Amino acid sequence: MQIDLTSDFFELFGVENTFTLDQELLVSRFNELQKHLHPDKFASRPDSERRWSMQAASFVNQGYQTLRADLQRASYLLQLNGIDIDDETDTRMDPMFLMEQMELRESLELAEQSQDPLATLAGTRKQIKGLVSEQAEAFAEAAKSADWEQARVTTRQWQFLDKLLREIKELEERLDV
Amino acid sequence: MAYSDKVLDHYENPRNVGVLDKNDPNVGTGMVGAPACGDVMRLQIKVSADGVVEDAKFKTYGCGSAIASSSLVTEMMKGKTLEEVGQIRNKHIADELALPPVKIHCSVLAEDAIAAAIADIKAKRGETDKEAAVAS
Repeated sequence: MQIDLTSDFFELFGVENTFTLDQELLVSRFNELQKHLHPDKFASRPDSERRWSMQAASFVNQGYQTLRADLQRASYLLQLNGIDIDDETDTRMDPMFLMEQMELRESLELAEQSQDPLATLAGTRKQIKGLVSEQAEAFAEAAKSADWEQARVTTRQWQFLDKLLREIKELEERLDV
Repeated sequence: MAYSDKVLDHYENPRNVGVLDKNDPNVGTGMVGAPACGDVMRLQIKVSADGVVEDAKFKTYGCGSAIASSSLVTEMMKGKTLEEVGQIRNKHIADELALPPVKIHCSVLAEDAIAAAIADIKAKRGETDKEAAVAS
């Protein structure tokens, strides 16, 4: 089995370089690589090979995490296509989108004080998951036609929704104790 | 990460949290967001006819540094002319709050919010400026 640490993650797993990749194939390739790189197989090998196998295993893990999660895969595709997402320095977003984000965050604040916070949060999560699906579809569409500017806009908005989902999870954990 | 005393002060006692009527012809609203951390910031200024900032309000959903940065700029802006307000740079904010390098982008967010609010009020008053074109 050939493992090239300079290949991109799609090449590494031998999966199609696309947003809508075959997830099952990715999982099975990941399992194959992991098995191949298992520390037991390198226990009696020379130091240099052992070191290489550890490096390779970490590369494979990183690649799997990146391709497995939709948002990470989207960001990675932008990066491979030379698009800088500027997610720290470019703060210009569609005002309507930001307005909606403000409202969603306000509704999270209110959820805490509502009669049944967990039920309210579940409702908000459903709403946000719906918005995430829309962004994922929009990204797939844009990537398919190599409209990377649109793909970039989509990914940047998606990041806000992802943050909201993480906040809901934290809130739930806090409320659930 | 440890926050500086100034950040903690603004975080625990944020100044000027609130909302101004965004349809008021004398109110400029700036909305910005940083995808990396998912922070959203709304900064509003009420500007007199002769271009002095009479009031400033903000609402920020984000980390302590982002909240402190926006709280600080509302204090810095009051009583200043639009021109003076436009000179506020993220470095002033970061220095004042002693932000660590990984939090500099929070002060950038605040600077961009100021620019967006100025652009909004100028657009409302029919004063075209380059910033308005950039921010819209």
